[in-house]
Amino acid sequence: MAATRKIKYLIIGNSAGGIGAAEAIREVDKTGTITIVSDEPYPAYSRPLISEYLALPCPVEKMAYRQPDFYEKNNIKTLLGEGVVQVNPDKHTVKLENGTTLGWQKLLLATGGTPIFPEMEGNRLKGVFTFNKLDDAKAIDGFLNQHRGRVRAVVIGGGLIGASVTEALLKRNVEVTIVEMKDWVLNTILDEEASVFEAQALVHAGTNIITGHTPEKINSYLPGEVSGVTLDDGRVLPCEMVVIAIGVRPRLEVVSKSGIKINRGIVVDRRMATSAPDIYACGDAAEAHDFVYGENRLTPVWPNAYEGGRAAGLNMAGKPTEYQGGTAMNALKYFGVYIASAGLVTPPNDSYQTLINRYDGIYRKVIIKKGKLAGMVFAGDIEKSGIVYNLMKDGVNVRKFKEVLVADDFGLASLPESIWKDRLESSPPEGVPVVTSIEEPEELVIGD
Amino acid sequence: MKKVYVKQDVCIGCGLCEVYCRLKHSRSKDLIKAYKKETPRPLSRLRVDESGIVSFSVRCQHCDDAPCIRACLTGALSRDPSTSLVVVDEERCIGCGTCALACPLGVPKLDTSQKKMVKCDLCQDEELPVCVANCPNEALVYADVPDEILKIGQVTT
Repeated sequence: MAATRKIKYLIIGNSAGGIGAAEAIREVDKTGTITIVSDEPYPAYSRPLISEYLALPCPVEKMAYRQPDFYEKNNIKTLLGEGVVQVNPDKHTVKLENGTTLGWQKLLLATGGTPIFPEMEGNRLKGVFTFNKLDDAKAIDGFLNQHRGRVRAVVIGGGLIGASVTEALLKRNVEVTIVEMKDWVLNTILDEEASVFEAQALVHAGTNIITGHTPEKINSYLPGEVSGVTLDDGRVLPCEMVVIAIGVRPRLEVVSKSGIKINRGIVVDRRMATSAPDIYACGDAAEAHDFVYGENRLTPVWPNAYEGGRAAGLNMAGKPTEYQGGTAMNALKYFGVYIASAGLVTPPNDSYQTLINRYDGIYRKVIIKKGKLAGMVFAGDIEKSGIVYNLMKDGVNVRKFKEVLVADDFGLASLPESIWKDRLESSPPEGVPVVTSIEEPEELVIGD
Repeated sequence: MKKVYVKQDVCIGCGLCEVYCRLKHSRSKDLIKAYKKETPRPLSRLRVDESGIVSFSVRCQHCDDAPCIRACLTGALSRDPSTSLVVVDEERCIGCGTCALACPLGVPKLDTSQKKMVKCDLCQDEELPVCVANCPNEALVYADVPDEILKIGQVTT
């Protein structure tokens, strides 16, 4: 196949990373052919919305991540519902499940993550689900619709996916028990104290939470159907369905025999390039720069997938761009409890300094190492969390003003002038007409 | 496009910008009702930050390279091609707060009762944003953004 016949930009994956790359490519290259291939049959949808979908099933269009004319307007060809079997870096081709071979000039691996599915007796029974994509939500919805009477569910894993599915199931009047192996729920993204905020909200909404235990097996009395879960202490939790939510791992099947360097995920440099020429990777599948750790790590969160995809796309289109890096970052609002966290949530050793403030149901914590922010947790009020997150992302030395970061009256004005001036863009430009009040203020409207 | 600029050396932190912003986004357009009676409570899209004698009001800067748009989980945030403003589609917003965590100014406002994020649109239906029009000290100015605008963002080239 002649090089000109090859797709200029082939993107595997049609979610945050793939779309971020396609949008970036089109900023630089308006005409080069772009094809997005995905094994999911839908236009890009917001994956975090699958919880809202399960709570209240709606047309898929309502979950669309982009406007309906997105692909057409950007001249992007899609191959949806088509799985990729294998990538061949030397020939610059990919092989699809339907037998077709596609040639490409630049390739992006935005293959995402897949739920970790433990080997456990009963894990193939009807009524055992994962919760990672729209079809998972549809499958659970279908299961619930077939059941009469109240369904009981055991959710294995009290992380983000477990909490998301729990919130949706409760809205569907399912009785939920979360089984979390560690000592508190959401332990990878919250410290113990902030976790209590969420745990209380979950319990208040009717969830049973069991921490410090793992399931041994999924039981079945009627052939093929779930009847309960047996825990490691012998306890039996009767239930009709199980959701396995212990985490995700990068989807690496398509590159498994390609020779592309893989650690826990596909290893990329600061330009999001893999070890193979012309091949880039981003999102949950990639191990990219984490600015808190200063090394490559998996940070499977949506905003980082988009940012990494964007950096990859710019580089693919010939605009040299460095990925600033990401870190674990999450904003949650389960059951109306607002929490934002990023980076470390508990200091790994005593070389870190922790500052905490608690007032009026609000909790603020920052973790500092060598003058720089390494982590943060804001609970109860997260509106100014972005100020702190960006100080962390930009590597600003906060030693001289660290106390204000958790203060009750924290705001931009609490920071040194050089920082807020830079952030605020506060000086009106010179030489352009400026307008302030054009007339006398109207009379105040008071009462009737 | 135009932007609101803050002259913090003449801002006295009176908070009238916030008052008028809230009034503007109330249903009643009546100060006392807006503050004391309306539910859900109308929200100001801007806030006044103070520390000692330093004060200024902070609102969406409609950044050229907006981190909130890129971070948005649902695609509810986007740039309006006709006005260049960063706009939120309240139908698609779930109020998760990811934009608040991504914004260097921390300006996305979360309407917790509606479970939506609300933001400044520079009062598109007014001649002048109400915060600017009602600032007693002319500490807020509405001016064209010069071409080589300062970018707040992450991808460096």
